[in-house]
Amino acid sequence: MAELVLAGLGKAYGDGTRAVTNLDLNIRDGEFLVLVGPSGCGKTTALRMMAGLESISEGTIRIGERVVNDVPPRDRDVAMVFQSYALYPHLNVYDNIAFGLTLRKMPKKDIDQRVRRVAEVLELSDHLDRKPRNLSGGQRQRVAMGRAMVRAPQAFLMDEPLSNLDAKLRVQMRAQIARMQRDLGVTTVYVTHDQTEAMTLGDRVAVMKRGVLQQVGPPQELYDRPVNLFVAGFIGSPGMNLFVAKLVEDQDGQHWVTLNSDALRLPESVLHERPALAKYVGQNVVLGIRPEDMEDAALVDQVEGALLHSVADLVEAMGSDILVHFPVDAEAADTDDTRALAEDSGADDVAGAGKGTVLVGRFSPRSRIYEGQQVATWVDTSRLHFFDPATGTAIWNEEIS
Amino acid sequence: MTTVLSHEKREVRVVDVPVTGSPKRGPLTRFVSNLGNGAVQVGLAVVAVFWLMPVFGLLVASLRSEQANTASGWWTIFTKPAELTLQNYAELAGNETIWRSFLNTVYIAVPSTFLVVVISALAAYALAWIEFPGRDWLTVTVVGLLVMPIQVALIPVAKLFGALDLFGTIAGVVLFHVAFGLPFAVFLLRNFFTGIPVDLVEAARMDGATEWVVFRRVILPIAKPALASLTIFQFLWVWNDLLVALVFADQDSAPITVALRSQLRQFGANIDLLSTGAFLSMAVPLVVFLAFQKYFVQGVLAGSTK
Repeated sequence: MAELVLAGLGKAYGDGTRAVTNLDLNIRDGEFLVLVGPSGCGKTTALRMMAGLESISEGTIRIGERVVNDVPPRDRDVAMVFQSYALYPHLNVYDNIAFGLTLRKMPKKDIDQRVRRVAEVLELSDHLDRKPRNLSGGQRQRVAMGRAMVRAPQAFLMDEPLSNLDAKLRVQMRAQIARMQRDLGVTTVYVTHDQTEAMTLGDRVAVMKRGVLQQVGPPQELYDRPVNLFVAGFIGSPGMNLFVAKLVEDQDGQHWVTLNSDALRLPESVLHERPALAKYVGQNVVLGIRPEDMEDAALVDQVEGALLHSVADLVEAMGSDILVHFPVDAEAADTDDTRALAEDSGADDVAGAGKGTVLVGRFSPRSRIYEGQQVATWVDTSRLHFFDPATGTAIWNEEIS
Repeated sequence: MTTVLSHEKREVRVVDVPVTGSPKRGPLTRFVSNLGNGAVQVGLAVVAVFWLMPVFGLLVASLRSEQANTASGWWTIFTKPAELTLQNYAELAGNETIWRSFLNTVYIAVPSTFLVVVISALAAYALAWIEFPGRDWLTVTVVGLLVMPIQVALIPVAKLFGALDLFGTIAGVVLFHVAFGLPFAVFLLRNFFTGIPVDLVEAARMDGATEWVVFRRVILPIAKPALASLTIFQFLWVWNDLLVALVFADQDSAPITVALRSQLRQFGANIDLLSTGAFLSMAVPLVVFLAFQKYFVQGVLAGSTK
């Protein structure tokens, strides 16, 4: 076990394209760090550089006390779990797991002991004689995990290990990975594009966009205090509603954000938390509202100054809650970040300027809303997010803005 | 939204919906799936019999005396089965020239096949999985050599062998076969190797494997079917070769193809010796084929990646 330190890590290809730019990450000993981002954001490239499967163009990677830039993968003492599992098709489960140990010339007895212990933990004991082709997807995935675990390496590198499993199994395996990592206490870097996996697994989560690290921190911090539109939109599901609104101050000194005919009054706490917001009075800001910070106004007592009026466009009953889609007459936020987000979801042609924005609210199942009905939505104004409309940076205090 | 049900007659449009489900099957797929069909089996049997006719004729001829062979065709055997005799084989067993040439063929074919398979597997691994400058050009060059006809090289190589004292030796013949067998072998194996998921190679490297271990313990076992087909092809080519041996081998190093050819006469041939010898020379490749056939397994990669 060891810490893993990336300093100024960069990857540039011969044709000038860059996969990773100036990546600084300090992964503590025993930490579970999740690298998350849309496809093509450089997260897998970064992982492969840590593994030694990709050459390093700039910067250094240190594992423990050792700079490993020029160390071949076999000598880095890290284990990797591949998205495709990459099991040796000609070897049975036992030999697949034992492969790395036999190469290290470990005594047969020790190998046997370790393989059987790992197999037990992963519930593979009954399948040790089987070839990979005779295993189910979940079993194959566990063999891939076992192959990494049995070596007790300095660090685990996992490249979307769950993306080939069906939804139910994925949730199970997610819990198993979390438990296993906690029990072994091995430094782990986990790459995924699934923000649920990132939030549930990571001690810390690092969000990347186009090869550049956006923010790294505990999942809750990313959720509560995203540094820019990209992180705000990427973390959380359904994603944060982002649209342009005007920040105004009335004669009583109250601050409001106005859109369409509605206005939301900002509580003192918001202005207190975000001193830099004062500079935006009279200007447009990008307002962010998480779906879970909305509620059917009929179910809330105190709604004054916190209402949006619209017509329910689409109602999705999820059982545990209801997702209500409704249009508001506000311009969608359009920055580099939101375009990157739209690209990721494959909806880059949907949002058009001037057409308004469709918001999604997560209502309690007690709401009696139905499609086509007028809807008044209460917004938890203490949990609003604000971003600069030009740069997409979150508006907090002076330094950040 | 509410929908008002109306009882008025509405025009129903028939829309051409593309048929989903099983995709359109090609003629080959249809043929293969019909293999169990009786008519197809009969058809195949007819083709097989037709195809085997000359071989059968050769076998029968080798079992008839020289007189019988010159007097009538082999098919007369159906009416006169008594003509069958093992005498030709007895004579063959005593013919030293044929035996020596048979051994020569073995001495030529075995090393030629072995060397080609070993060298091409190593080369193909490097071309497929190891990055080094000029790799792509080297690959293109090797593939380009495929179009080089053997005949072009006969005279220059003969001169070279003369200078190196290799002319007329088994080693010379082997070298020539290896040289001309390699381009195809490398091409075939490299294509197979690149079809192996890169993740497997990388997983092995992560597991602590050196390139040699990756090659020996991951790639080679997976590549068994390709290696088996290459072995069979290469062995057959060399075993049946006449031209190269005719040019480069001398009396003492001549393989069986050359020895049998020398039995041809302007009028007819020593049919008794020829047919038995030919049958002997056919038997060995058959054994090789059957021995390696078990490696033709489908789906070697199954279960390895997703």
